[in-house]
Amino acid sequence: MKKQIIISGFGGQGGLAIGKNLAEAGMDEGLNVTWAPSYGPEMRGGTANCSVVLSDKPVGSPVFARCTELIALNEPSLIKFEEGVLPGGTVFVNSDVVTDKVSRSDLSAYYIPCSKIADEVGNPKVGNMVMLGAYVAATKVLKPETIEKMIETMFAGPKAKFIPLNIEAFRRGMACIQ
Amino acid sequence: MAKELWKGNEAIAEAAIRAGCDCFFGYPITPQSEVPEYMSVHLPKAGGVFVQSESEVAAINMVYGAAGAGMRAMTSSSSPGISLKQEGITYLAGAELPAVIINCMRGGPGLGTIQPGQGDYFQATRGGGNGDYRTVVLAPSNVQETVDFVQEAFDIADLYRNPVMVLCDGLIGQMMEPIEWRPVPKRDLPPKDWAANGRMGRENQNSITSIFLDAEECEAHNDRLTAKYAEMEEKEVRWEEIQCEDAEVLITAYGTPARIALTALETLRAEGIKAGLFRPITLWPFPEKALHTLAGKDHIKAILDVEMSTTGQMLDDVRLAVEGQKPISYLGHAGGIMPTVEEMIEWAREALKEVK
Repeated sequence: MKKQIIISGFGGQGGLAIGKNLAEAGMDEGLNVTWAPSYGPEMRGGTANCSVVLSDKPVGSPVFARCTELIALNEPSLIKFEEGVLPGGTVFVNSDVVTDKVSRSDLSAYYIPCSKIADEVGNPKVGNMVMLGAYVAATKVLKPETIEKMIETMFAGPKAKFIPLNIEAFRRGMACIQ
Repeated sequence: MAKELWKGNEAIAEAAIRAGCDCFFGYPITPQSEVPEYMSVHLPKAGGVFVQSESEVAAINMVYGAAGAGMRAMTSSSSPGISLKQEGITYLAGAELPAVIINCMRGGPGLGTIQPGQGDYFQATRGGGNGDYRTVVLAPSNVQETVDFVQEAFDIADLYRNPVMVLCDGLIGQMMEPIEWRPVPKRDLPPKDWAANGRMGRENQNSITSIFLDAEECEAHNDRLTAKYAEMEEKEVRWEEIQCEDAEVLITAYGTPARIALTALETLRAEGIKAGLFRPITLWPFPEKALHTLAGKDHIKAILDVEMSTTGQMLDDVRLAVEGQKPISYLGHAGGIMPTVEEMIEWAREALKEVK
């Protein structure tokens, strides 16, 4: 098993955090993982992205031209990275922000209304956790329990009040996948 | 021990603290600013001293002062900042002071780009400062190795009374990877009885200097240094050979390109192309004899050197080691462009086609 995931969006949408969460949860499940951010001088309104590898073998290259899954949180990300998705790969689109559809027919696509669900849950900031839920449910590479445990560890102490909100967002994201 | 997910730069700083770094002097520059940032918070808590200097030049000279007083001292920077430190590094070498210098390389020349690069190979291995000197250069290719090497670098520096550089690139500094805080081999270190930290009951005061105006004295000093460098060449050289036993095409690479090469090897091997990787871990001393011997074996048909540099810098050392025994081709990128797995595969195939 080897997943090469690109997560891309506007700065502030939580894309880099989705990547970190995937890497952290992957590590917790005993997988070999890497997380590599793009750290270029991005324009305001431009894209920030990261590359994540989850593998049952040691990870060679942490960067790659072709990905198994793309998480596109904004329009420029879909335009930039769709071409690089491997045939048979999957694209997760934040359908509240991206109006375009995935144009290739050899890819699976999921359209997740991250912002709408985050608002319903009660905080626009947890849109990324909705997307994380969708990814976990669709790919089944990580156990939902691992993610929920990680959320509990992440918001330990005075931030504990954010745990139910994040878990709710994560579960709503999972529920988007049938 | 449980694995923890660490960002390269923060892991470098934590590793230094665990190695007993007493003093850190630095100045921010992308892509290594997390090193001083982490140090500023955590080193004072561990009982050490953190100073954000007014410039890179000041930082390296603060290292000189602290090291001269017997402290474990470190500085970190990225390419243009390391250029500024070169005068300080030759003074450290001349005065025989132990220190650890981290270079998280970006693209050059000049200000270049903040993206990863490997264009400082010559500067690191040849010495960017004046005079005859050498610094041990450790080149990790993942976060675990970086953490291990930072801890060992302090020991190597103390053992030889010489600056040691850990040379990584922006990607290793910025990426996150699981690591274990495992014990690193400890060395038997001599007491720092040369340090200028007070008389300590001695007859004479210790003096830290790199000036030897008398010709004979200066040559004797150089001879002593040269003997020390010869000992390092004998004892400190490190490299890794991966799938080299039957390799027909040999990739030479260090740091991030060596990691990318690991993925290329998988595909090449799956296609039936016997590919191997020779990865120098110390860039100085360069594993010259090991590469020479390997290149001389009949099964090696062609060599492909891959670097994040367009001119080819380690390529010179590869050529010197191979001594014309086998043809060498070169794949290099700069400006933050990293060689891709696909390119390496294509170039390895080509290199082999030309000799068959």
